[in-house]
Amino acid sequence: MQGRTEARIAWFFLLPSLVIILTMALLPILRSFYLSFFLKDLAVPQLGQPFVGLDNYLYILRDSRFWAALGNTFGFTFVSVLLETGLGLLLALMLNRAFTGRGLARAAILIPWAVPTVVSAQMWRWIYNDKVGVLNDLCLRLGVFTQPFPWLASIDTARAAIVVADVWKTTPFMALMLLAGLQMIDTSLYEAADVDGATAWQQFRHITLPLLTPVMTVAVLFRTLDAFRIFDLVYVLTSGAFGTETLSVLTADVTFKFNDYGQGSAYAVIMFGCIVAISYTFIKLLGADPNAEER
Amino acid sequence: MRRLPFYLGLSFFLVIVAFPFYWQIVTSAKTSDEIWAMPPVWIPVQGLETGDVPIDAQGGTIRGPQFLTNYTNVFLKQPFGRYLLNSTIVSGSTTLFCLLVGAMAAFALAKLRFRGKNLVLALVLSVSMFPPVAIAPSLFLFLSQFRLVDTYMGLILPYTTFALPLALWNLTAFFRQVPSELLESARVDGAGYFITFWKVFLPLVAPGMFTTGILTFICAWNEFLFALFFTTTEEMRTVPVGIALFSGQYESPWGEIAAATVIVTLPLIVLVLAAQKRIVAGLTAGAVKG
Repeated sequence: MQGRTEARIAWFFLLPSLVIILTMALLPILRSFYLSFFLKDLAVPQLGQPFVGLDNYLYILRDSRFWAALGNTFGFTFVSVLLETGLGLLLALMLNRAFTGRGLARAAILIPWAVPTVVSAQMWRWIYNDKVGVLNDLCLRLGVFTQPFPWLASIDTARAAIVVADVWKTTPFMALMLLAGLQMIDTSLYEAADVDGATAWQQFRHITLPLLTPVMTVAVLFRTLDAFRIFDLVYVLTSGAFGTETLSVLTADVTFKFNDYGQGSAYAVIMFGCIVAISYTFIKLLGADPNAEER
Repeated sequence: MRRLPFYLGLSFFLVIVAFPFYWQIVTSAKTSDEIWAMPPVWIPVQGLETGDVPIDAQGGTIRGPQFLTNYTNVFLKQPFGRYLLNSTIVSGSTTLFCLLVGAMAAFALAKLRFRGKNLVLALVLSVSMFPPVAIAPSLFLFLSQFRLVDTYMGLILPYTTFALPLALWNLTAFFRQVPSELLESARVDGAGYFITFWKVFLPLVAPGMFTTGILTFICAWNEFLFALFFTTTEEMRTVPVGIALFSGQYESPWGEIAAATVIVTLPLIVLVLAAQKRIVAGLTAGAVKG
């Protein structure tokens, strides 16, 4: 009796959260799924909302713009997360050592994480400016170029420019995650390794790396899911021009610029599918469902 | 001497982290001549000279150092004050709402016995993985049905949804640390669950509420995608949307953009310096304990 009352009260306490999540996240996803089989073009409302089967998906699969965006999104995610993990690990190893001003250094690297992505995007857009940008100034002074270069308006560099701005903003987050992982490693392991005469590289390879792997996998999963939905940075820096369009930018463009909610929903479902696939892959890599563990 | 490469490496990182901020501050202090100067001016000097600084929309000026010009123009030529107000209302409400709803759920998850706990946790966790853009089309249709497009509520509700997973996660960990005996003794006293939650547990998890509140606020303050598409009039734009869409007559108003980014960044720097340990603990809780 006591247990049943407690359970009822528990659900009462959970109710507001569940209602919000159901109406604001789950129902929209289901509705996107439903709408993706219909023609719903708010630009031509007189067409109504006829069922079109898989037409939206078939159209997308034949559209080269989709394949370019898909490639960009996966490419961006892979390159950014790889760089962030490498640099983040390096930074975490540095911040894990004892030195004067360590607290301040840790706080300083939090700042790029804390500023809105739009703000960091505007900072970088100004640095990349094709006429008076400071990057061009540095390149001219160092004699790399003789003419200012339009970093954001060139197929060759626009993607790299976005990656750099993203790495700048998110490496600190990665570093802090990894630092938290490093701090959990028992220092006596290193002392024992010292006694055995292990080199710094051997200690890193055989103690640090294996013990850091679980935290690193979770951090990489977080960052991968986050990088995959990149929108703000691309929107501000290039609006998706010069070969930088990603799935989020394309989905938003189809939906909110062209008011094609049917096709936009199909894109939404495709993105959702990608996210599920990525999460599933990582959970397999982790070896076990993280939910199964008692937290 | 062995430490030299270490300090060089660390300084390299810190310079890279700091440089874009330095460049924004410098840009915000430049006059428009200096902003468009070739090659760029690294240390603005004209800004320190006294000149006419605009102080109202009618073109009134006062004598003062010119570096203030971009800062006053942000509020005079752009509705930046309105953006700040909107962002404060939306982020503040989201934080309060999220803390209340999240604390209730976290209390149940941490302290009450019921079946389906893992299902709820899995559901909440899965929401944190949803790409916002995949929800945006149908959420927009939903919000327009209820006439919530271009309203504060139309942003607060989606923001709360996306901030809830992290809030729940953090708060549940804090509620777990409160001894369960308190629940028993409150029960013996005849206090109802809600009174116990409100009067006994909530004060004890105040530090956790603070940490979670900071993270939720930053998350809501920085959000861009929903704010961009779920607002339709200029008066309802939030700070990120405003800064992304700042427009001038011919070129992007870089001095004003820089001044706006400095204004937005300064409080965040203060917040980060003051609550660094809590923020890091809150952020890393998921990865380390998960």
